[in-house]
Amino acid sequence: MLHTVNKSPFQKNSFDTSLRLSRKGSDILLIEDAVYAALKDSAIAKTVKQAVTTHSIYVLEPDLMARGLQPARLIKGIQIVGYEGFVELAVKNDKVQSWL
Amino acid sequence: MGAIKKFMYINRTAPYGSIYSLEGLEVALIGAAFDQDVSMAFVDDGVFQLKKGQDTSKSGMKNFSLAYSALGDYDITKLYVEKESLQARGLTVEDLMPLTYEDQDDDYQEKPSIRVVDSEQLADIIAEQDVLLNY
Amino acid sequence: MTAFVEFNGRTYDTDEEGYLANLSDWSPEIADYMAKLDDCDLGDAHWEVINFLRAYYQKYQIAPAVRVLTKAIGKKLGKDKGNSKYLYQLFPYGPAKQACKYAGLPKPTGCV
Repeated sequence: MLHTVNKSPFQKNSFDTSLRLSRKGSDILLIEDAVYAALKDSAIAKTVKQAVTTHSIYVLEPDLMARGLQPARLIKGIQIVGYEGFVELAVKNDKVQSWL
Repeated sequence: MGAIKKFMYINRTAPYGSIYSLEGLEVALIGAAFDQDVSMAFVDDGVFQLKKGQDTSKSGMKNFSLAYSALGDYDITKLYVEKESLQARGLTVEDLMPLTYEDQDDDYQEKPSIRVVDSEQLADIIAEQDVLLNY
Repeated sequence: MTAFVEFNGRTYDTDEEGYLANLSDWSPEIADYMAKLDDCDLGDAHWEVINFLRAYYQKYQIAPAVRVLTKAIGKKLGKDKGNSKYLYQLFPYGPAKQACKYAGLPKPTGCV
């Protein structure tokens, strides 16, 4: 199952919940304000670094760009995908769960 | 109109994910027409509004971050950014747009509009306000 | 409610006050046409302001309020142009409001 998250981790606990309620090894795609979770040196960076070792974490490039986040500022191991990558993830996984 | 009042717009939301930050900016620009003492505070995810290098070309949204550079033209020259909010997000003042205004009382010298303050200082500034508007 | 302006056999969406809904619909020809509807002939002096507004929008993504426009024009084109008298002569319905319309921009931010 593909899990998507679209809320800022600094404002809502959707990202934490997506981690808690997804099986290890699942794909988690961060879109819209959830892309802020990928920032290194943040107060939640430790959680995210840990998540990278248990899940495949992706961020949507157009949403990163809109918010002025450069790839160099992201936690290592997080993979950047475009809209095509989003579609591929959705096709690869039979279902999509959107944590709002 | 009566005496000049201190208006502060408190921005606590990230841009694009919701309409709040654009609304807050537009209301501040509209309100600037009323010759009051206007300031803006950027707290929590609101600090992301000022992140430099925003590029919406691939997401099809309007890049309204450019409009913050016009705040000086609208005589909105005090943009308070909470230090603790920046730190929690792994950001420093260098990550923010270099916003400036021309000081009419000082030979139109260009000066920075962004003032990074800690929570205690911001609490004092908030306590001095007459009107607080939240976005 | 939607409104529109008809020009050269095409209709263009506008808001209820006649401001073009889509920036990309703008052309110098439609600017001339919209001005004619208001009995206004656009000359070089008008175009100087219209072009200034388009550049301002390009840079800041906002249509400036009249006070801001006046100040900015003064800085760019000189004090003899950056004053209400000169600008109201060109655009009697309000320099920011009227010029923004011909420039294909939304109604100015801060004009109430």
